[in-house]
Amino acid sequence: MAETKNMILNMGPQHPSTHGVLRLILELDGETVVKLTPDIGYLHRGVEKLGENLTYHQFIPLTDREDYIASLSNNLAYCMTVEKLLGMEVPPRAMVARVLLTELQRIASHLFWLGTFGIDIGAMSLFFYTFREREQILDMFEACAGARLTVNYFRIGGIAKDLPEGFDKQVRDFIKIFPERMKNDYERIFQDNKIVRIRTEGVGIISKEDAIDLGLSGPLLRACGVPWDIRKSNPYCGYETYEFDIPTGKAGDVFDRYMVRMEEMRQSLKIIQQALDRLPGGPFLADDPKVCLPSKQKVMTEMESLIHHFKIVSEGFEPPVGEVYHSIETPRGELGFYIVSDGSNKPYRLRFRPPSFVNLESLAKMAEGKLIGDLVAIIGALDPVMGEVDR
Amino acid sequence: MTEFVIIMLVKMFVIFGAVMLTMTYITLAERKILGYMQIRPGPNRVGPWGLLQPIADGIKLFLKEDIIPDNASKVVFVIAPAMALIPAVMTIAVVPFGPAVTIFGRSVDIYMADINIGILYIFAVSSIGVYGIVLAGWSSESKYSLLGGLRSSAQMISYELSMGFAIVGVIMMSQSLSMVKIIEAQKGVWFIIPQFIGFAIYITAAIAELNRTPFDLPEGESELVSGYFTEYSSMKYAMFMLAEYINIITVSGIVTTLYLGGWHGPIMPPFIWFMVKLFAVVFFMIWVRATFPRFRYDQLMTFGWKVLLPASIVNILLTAVFMTVFG
Repeated sequence: MAETKNMILNMGPQHPSTHGVLRLILELDGETVVKLTPDIGYLHRGVEKLGENLTYHQFIPLTDREDYIASLSNNLAYCMTVEKLLGMEVPPRAMVARVLLTELQRIASHLFWLGTFGIDIGAMSLFFYTFREREQILDMFEACAGARLTVNYFRIGGIAKDLPEGFDKQVRDFIKIFPERMKNDYERIFQDNKIVRIRTEGVGIISKEDAIDLGLSGPLLRACGVPWDIRKSNPYCGYETYEFDIPTGKAGDVFDRYMVRMEEMRQSLKIIQQALDRLPGGPFLADDPKVCLPSKQKVMTEMESLIHHFKIVSEGFEPPVGEVYHSIETPRGELGFYIVSDGSNKPYRLRFRPPSFVNLESLAKMAEGKLIGDLVAIIGALDPVMGEVDR
Repeated sequence: MTEFVIIMLVKMFVIFGAVMLTMTYITLAERKILGYMQIRPGPNRVGPWGLLQPIADGIKLFLKEDIIPDNASKVVFVIAPAMALIPAVMTIAVVPFGPAVTIFGRSVDIYMADINIGILYIFAVSSIGVYGIVLAGWSSESKYSLLGGLRSSAQMISYELSMGFAIVGVIMMSQSLSMVKIIEAQKGVWFIIPQFIGFAIYITAAIAELNRTPFDLPEGESELVSGYFTEYSSMKYAMFMLAEYINIITVSGIVTTLYLGGWHGPIMPPFIWFMVKLFAVVFFMIWVRATFPRFRYDQLMTFGWKVLLPASIVNILLTAVFMTVFG
């Protein structure tokens, strides 16, 4: 018998379904993936090193560009870490606004995921329907901050400006139409489709134990049946006062990941509703003139504010010496920031734990022995954002 | 004799031209219909309502640089697109677009030829088309192309079988292989009614044969970039596209002929009826493309061999039993 050799296929970094610049070196036996080696780093920008040379305020826009699909969640994780370092209290209005906006961000991110996942397994139309709703959320962000993708809206001590007029109505309009859109436009066309079921059920299974060993987080972990969500386990921003459930799956396959994300969108909507109902008045930025920028009006009229403004912009602020870790639940899982401060105006070391990077480790385990078609569905369900994988 | 040659030549030009024009506008129709199904306008920049878009596309493709990869097997690489296109055009010859009409006092049929083995001819010729795809995939020296070529050859061979079995029912009922005779046999009842299982099998297998969603694995974008024509550019790429869309017309024409009663229908002239039915089938294919995701390779094979093939054989048996019992 003639000797056969496996084919080495280089998938990416330019490939339609590797979600950015992920490169996979596949060893194929026919169409079966025998060995899979991810190669990352095509989007490396050295953000952690850059952080050591920027003041605490200056770093916020860089967090936008990590997980660019959910920039507000990144803003929040970073700002909360610095606030923890400073021991700072955030005014209630800012807290509720942060919850409201990051939950909207979660829906937007999951919608983006759903659309691209649809394309990955060949359902083209879904993409346009999910982007229609995502567009509405981006419009809200635009009204708030002026930007749509890299929103850069949270600040150390609160939010950049007050929520705009008419924001309330925008959100309520969205809450009104969204559940119906989910049912009619996503579930009926996608979830109820026989082909979608056979493409996703039983594909890319990872066991509970493996998932925990690999340090997976977010929907990926919850799909294995582990009800672990930082919003519940280590509540921040007052999540303990909101009423919502943690959806979990059973099999830990691609379909469960889909179901978990769909349910999460519904739960997020519930949180948004509650946040909107309780949104208090008052200041949106902590009253700490050494850290938080004063309003433009104050700068123009008060000598002291002008000085503070100048000082914060030119040199930043100096937090106490110490190290701090804080993590939040982003749409992709646990995003944690670790900051070491030596008492100067720049962090001595800034490190973060991006959920996509850790989740990507599981790819080989899930895809080896499967077909290329499965691999594409698995990458899709993993939902990696290369910006935060490569940093 | 001269008169016959002239008539044939004129018919050739007219039918070929009409098919090419229809084909280009089917590309536009596909994009427009997909657009409306996906809440977006579709092409609307070139000409009113995007009507000149196909022409712009053609010019663009024509002016593109023609790239042949260094490692490609050059002769085969050049021949492959032609091998895909020629059978596609050849099958058009026996699609009966309408019965005889009288032009300048002469009775002229709106089809090239009515050969007595029409349906067999179509199957024989369209099978050659798969060579174009396999060779394109093989000669490109690209792994994605190779996988695409392999997938499509496996897929086309398995689906051709159920396709062939599906039409046996029709042939049994019409007692003929000639396309025109088959249409004449449907004067009373269209075969879609007695042969509904056959129709369903045929249209499914035909979509698979055309490499369209949900069976578009050979060119499955998210997996194989563009499958067998990943390395093709310019007019060679355009030839694959031409072949694909001409095949859509052919297959729709065959479905219309075999199951939808061909040119039969009240009030409107026969030719119009045929075209209406043909476009209904085309629309159905576009609709399917907007709705369905893609099968996985092994599922596609399972579906072809374990579902469609047995079903088509059962269909033959049922037809035989009914024909013996009732007439």
